[in-house]
Amino acid sequence: MFEKALKGNKYYWMWLAFLGTFMAIAAFCYVRQFNYGLGLTGMSRDVSWGLYISQFTFLVGVAAGGVMLVLPYYVHNYKAFGRITILGEFLAISALLMCLSFIVVDLGQPMRMLNVILHAQPRSMLFYDMIVLNGYLFLNILCGWVILTAERKEVKPPKWIYFFVYLSIPFAVSIHTVTAMLYCGLPGRHFWLSAIVAPRFLASAFAAGPALIVVVALILKRVANFDVGKKALDKLATIILYAALTNMFFVGLEFFVAYYSNIPGHIHTIEYLFFGLEHDGHVYNNLVPFMRMFVLLFVVGVALLSIPYTRRQSDFWLGAGCTALFISLWLDKGIGFVLGGFVPNPLNEITEYYPTANEIFIALGIWAMGFFVLTILYKIAIGVEHEIEA
Amino acid sequence: MSREGGYIQMDKKRRDFLKIAGATTLAGLGGPAVVERLVTGTSPAQARAGHGEHPVAHGAKTHTAASGHEDNNAPTGRRLGMVVDLRKLRKQPELMEKIVHACHAEHNVPHFPNKKDEIKWIWRTKFENAFPEHSDYYKDKLTIAGDVLVLCNHCDEPPCVKACPTRATFKNKDGIVAMDYHRCIGCRFCMAACPYGSRSFNWRDPRAGLDMNHINHRFPTRMRGVVEKCNFCAERVGLGKQPKCVEVCGSTKAMIFGDLNDPDSEIRQVLKDNFTIQRKPSAGTHPSVFYIV
Amino acid sequence: MYDGGKIIPGLIIFVLFITFPIWYNRGNAGTVPQPELPKNYKQCVLPDADMRAEHMQLLNRWRDQVLRTGDRSFDVKIGDTMYQKSLMNTCMQCHTSKKKFCDRCHTYASVKPYCWDCHVAPVE
Repeated sequence: MFEKALKGNKYYWMWLAFLGTFMAIAAFCYVRQFNYGLGLTGMSRDVSWGLYISQFTFLVGVAAGGVMLVLPYYVHNYKAFGRITILGEFLAISALLMCLSFIVVDLGQPMRMLNVILHAQPRSMLFYDMIVLNGYLFLNILCGWVILTAERKEVKPPKWIYFFVYLSIPFAVSIHTVTAMLYCGLPGRHFWLSAIVAPRFLASAFAAGPALIVVVALILKRVANFDVGKKALDKLATIILYAALTNMFFVGLEFFVAYYSNIPGHIHTIEYLFFGLEHDGHVYNNLVPFMRMFVLLFVVGVALLSIPYTRRQSDFWLGAGCTALFISLWLDKGIGFVLGGFVPNPLNEITEYYPTANEIFIALGIWAMGFFVLTILYKIAIGVEHEIEA
Repeated sequence: MSREGGYIQMDKKRRDFLKIAGATTLAGLGGPAVVERLVTGTSPAQARAGHGEHPVAHGAKTHTAASGHEDNNAPTGRRLGMVVDLRKLRKQPELMEKIVHACHAEHNVPHFPNKKDEIKWIWRTKFENAFPEHSDYYKDKLTIAGDVLVLCNHCDEPPCVKACPTRATFKNKDGIVAMDYHRCIGCRFCMAACPYGSRSFNWRDPRAGLDMNHINHRFPTRMRGVVEKCNFCAERVGLGKQPKCVEVCGSTKAMIFGDLNDPDSEIRQVLKDNFTIQRKPSAGTHPSVFYIV
Repeated sequence: MYDGGKIIPGLIIFVLFITFPIWYNRGNAGTVPQPELPKNYKQCVLPDADMRAEHMQLLNRWRDQVLRTGDRSFDVKIGDTMYQKSLMNTCMQCHTSKKKFCDRCHTYASVKPYCWDCHVAPVE
């Protein structure tokens, strides 16, 4: 079916070339980083995980979001999702490839990455992360491909594929739960040491993934003559809305626990993220604008998805609302959650983090790679749909 | 008719799904606990002894020559620990400088001007930074003025060892939390896990921060891309010597080192005779470093 | 063959290109590398042929024994003296020049072991 990706109009090729440029720049920047070391990034002894791992954490959520399409369609027989489910599965593939790439570029010794398998340590959450991420990637490739092939041949998919489809559902929940467990099991980081991290991750994932799918579906309606249907988009908007509200509720609970209990370990990071933290006469607040934007964009997004006109009658405003929510959740999870955990450090000192240009270009290049893969996969899926409609 | 058939089909599929989901969830919840039991061979509450590095088959004991008894409750093997007498060190800041310098020189720890790339195995810090769980309200003059020496605590239940996906950091048979630089993939999960901030990463080639004409030629440097930290001078202790920091203290006895599992050792005596505190006791890590304040 | 006029020459060029290392030197493997042996010592940890074939496996074994098992005993017998299992403190005490010993064969075989990124080679 790959030949479907080789035929496209000039906008298609221009888009791929645009993404390819960023990928090439990123490759060059990565060579620089590989030769010098991770010192080319903005990470430091205190903030030892930065942009790469924060993008990884967010994208695992986006990948898990695909389950919000698979679950209603395959388990609850919600036929309205018939055309959109493949978008969710292929998004999961693309997001997972981005996740794995972000991990690889973040490693200090990437040539040794197979040590995780050769010298496995089952007590480490990274071990399980590796298993579930790769497992879910394999499941999505298998299910997406087999079912799309069956659709193309206009037959029912083989019975055995449903085992893997159903398996992908707990896997989707597990990839983000395991990623959350990376953080919430560490005794030294008070900001992360909370049972609500996993539910918060899942809520945020079930909002962010479908939000991206809605935006892409709206774009595809315009550029690729592929309409998933108003009912599907509306149902997705409902899911996104509830998930985003749940996420904000959980964030609110974190605020309550921190400020009502007045325990410094819980308060300090939230103070740093949302208000600025005063320490030794200096106010540290470089992430405050981002976190305030998170709240603002959340309100805007929720409003746009709640008001009937913007949600149902206007593709533009629906897309805008979903974009606002997507960016808002990216700020919350990518910037706020991961970077916040390192401030203050275990000795109550503060080091702030600023990514370097090299680091930003590598991150952009990996995002570009993800969208590149997504474009090609969607081109194949849409090509098949058009073929069988003809 | 077909609608009904469709629903029955769907019910059956839903039932199958719930069966698979239930089984997977049980496996997922129970799995790590089962693996934990198998790997450590003991129940978690009793996992106090210094485990040998190689994987312990379930039911087997550690590979130490010292103890012969199979008793699960008594600690087996050596468990090295340290007592830092802050009363003595506070009066001699030059000694603290000497200690830091000696450790870093012995182990070829590089020095970089950019704080971002900093690597340190042992260093001086203020009381409220070393002991954030202790009150620093209305502290006495000496505590406010003096520094504290902090280093890796070589915990008995190290979160970094649990976090490492490749066993590159592990507890050796003497209770030292050791690093295997050959295996480290540089994921820095151990740095996130450490509640004490003891670990440093080689963000660049460490030799750029060393004067290669004045290094210790009997000890390697590290390479870029691996995590490092204090190793309780395992290479000296293995030959019966004291760690460098303890040696530098000499007769002042500002730092005492010994086997915590040996009831007749000097360090146990010091611990019996003096009130000591530890860093972040609520983290449950059971550090091996004690401080006399 | 369709387009045979392009395929056959293309194949021939490809085969020539791929087998370049074999025919360019006309079967000559170059001069055999001569690592400079230490002057005062006649024996190594293992017999010469074994060392040449297995020194990496030996070093890996030593690494696991020293680092992971914590066995730093002086149990390597060379001649009449007992040594530790150590690259820097045993091997390089006799083989005092990395350039004249280790690099001779490694450069010839185009092997770039990263041991030297950490283990400090003796001052030359």
